Amino acid sequence: MGQIKLNQVTKSFGDVQVIPPLDLTIEEGEFAVFVGPSGCGKSTLLRLIAGLEDVTTGHIEIDGRDVTNVQPAQRGLAMVFQSYALYPHMSVRKNIAFPLRMAGMDEAEQKKRVERAASVLNLTDYLDRRPGQLSGGQRQRVAIGRAIVREPAAFLFDEPLSNLDAALRHGMRMEIGELHQSLATTMIYVTHDQVEAMTMADKIVVLRAGVIEQVGSPLELYRSPRNLFVAGFIGSPTMNLIEGAEAQKHGAATIGVRPEHIATGDPETSPWSGTVGLSEHLGSDTFLHVHDTGLTESITVRADGEVPLRHGDKVGLTPIADRIHKFDAQGLRIE
Amino acid sequence: MATKASTSAARLMMAPAVTLLLGWMLVPLTMTLYFSFADYRPLRGVFEPWIGFDNYARFTSSGSFWDAIWATLIMVGAILAITVTLGILLALLLDKPIFGQGVVRILVIAPFFVMPTVSALVWKNMMMDPVNGVLSHVFRFFGATPFDWLTQAPLTSIILIVSWQWLPFATLILLTAIQSLDGEQLEAAEMDGAPPLKRFWFIILPHLARAITIVILIQTIFLLGIFAEIFVTTQGSFGTRTLTYLVFQRVLESQNVGLGSAGGIIAVILANIVAIFLMRAVGKNLDA
Repeated sequence: MGQIKLNQVTKSFGDVQVIPPLDLTIEEGEFAVFVGPSGCGKSTLLRLIAGLEDVTTGHIEIDGRDVTNVQPAQRGLAMVFQSYALYPHMSVRKNIAFPLRMAGMDEAEQKKRVERAASVLNLTDYLDRRPGQLSGGQRQRVAIGRAIVREPAAFLFDEPLSNLDAALRHGMRMEIGELHQSLATTMIYVTHDQVEAMTMADKIVVLRAGVIEQVGSPLELYRSPRNLFVAGFIGSPTMNLIEGAEAQKHGAATIGVRPEHIATGDPETSPWSGTVGLSEHLGSDTFLHVHDTGLTESITVRADGEVPLRHGDKVGLTPIADRIHKFDAQGLRIE
Repeated sequence: MATKASTSAARLMMAPAVTLLLGWMLVPLTMTLYFSFADYRPLRGVFEPWIGFDNYARFTSSGSFWDAIWATLIMVGAILAITVTLGILLALLLDKPIFGQGVVRILVIAPFFVMPTVSALVWKNMMMDPVNGVLSHVFRFFGATPFDWLTQAPLTSIILIVSWQWLPFATLILLTAIQSLDGEQLEAAEMDGAPPLKRFWFIILPHLARAITIVILIQTIFLLGIFAEIFVTTQGSFGTRTLTYLVFQRVLESQNVGLGSAGGIIAVILANIVAIFLMRAVGKNLDA
């Protein structure tokens, strides 16, 4: 259970069309991530699937059933909101049980399900507290708990980690990933953070201005971005994009090389060379920002963590030949 | 930074205001206390500074005392019920985006700006008058016999007038409370399968609990002292004599300052008892 299919879906607010006709299929059990810069329509798309917004034209199918005009509660989906949207006056237990209570489930079964969800999410000790007495990560888990007790066809996550600090975010990312493995339910996850997309997704949907730029597995997007936008959006640090004479040598309008696909070497013998500007030492890696290469303003290179280069040193750069991405004048990938 | 010098300077500068406020409060209270133990009837030239609890005994033993307490409780209770219920409904309506929202909101708040005496006069002469009142015209238009509100249902009429005045206050406070409700909570409840009425009952109403508490507390304080509306309309007759009005009659109509003062002190004590009960009953909404 849990295949979601969007068929020529559009959404307009007044005269402004935020989502032009869009087709997308999310397979059963898949972890799909909608990613894109803010304002790209990813949250709107999620709300259309949830039923919190009405589609302007087109159809949405869940497991082959047309749900375009079905109430949100009847779509069999559960959603985790950015603000968690916990009910502040109810205890954790009542929060988690709320959807079951609304469904009129009998008390014993409610209790059983709530306790099962609480033990999965390590919330057993907190069941009688109010949301206000919990930390951010615990609130997040309550919100997830409220979603899983319903045993929905699919989970929808709307930027659920954006209110957490970096360490917690990493932990929750793993927990959500684990949860997906153990529940094997379809999940749709919206984020603007490409790291979250890369680490969690089975399928990434890159959106810009309501248009799907590319759909694929994280590695597909990493290896062969379909256009300049995806190339620049996926990967951290971002891909170096070089235009002009150097690109023409490769028969392209723009070429892109990821920082990790450039080797450092002797400035005299390497094809490119420049001066090291800022170098970011992360321990495992060092990110060098190399200036004065005559190619672009600055080229980012991922070097070994203990590379002895310092600010002002001359360095030679060699891109790995089969890892150079070529794009034409329209920004589309040339194979 | 609160250094020792700045703290004492702050105290010094606050002192005049605090002294003035204390004086304003304490002087009348002490005088009332003092008179309540005295036989003081200025027009007859009687002044006996200490007669013990005689005034208190006389005030509470008269039949009109208990009638007044009942009238007060019924009046305050009914007005609270009407303003809170209608206030919630109006606030829910006004929260919806409509054309001319700003103007509508100001219009809704307008009755609160009308002075109690004026609004009572307007209701008495223009709305509820059995011959020329708007309501009697409406009744006649539908072929019914005009209703003489203030003689046939005096308590209800006063409750209506005061509710009309206080409804804007309740609406205003409840509206701001509704606006502070996180929209995602309602959406979450919608996804959880709660239809609109259940969303109201389980999400909106608990969210409003604190605002409702505040409305009830503040209104009770003011409603215990309703005076102008009674004075202008029924003069305390036909079962509309509240405790406040009884005190007024004792002091000014019977010219018995001592007796009235005792009544005043009793009213203060009763108001405090009511306040304690209210705080107990609804005050728990104020923490958290």
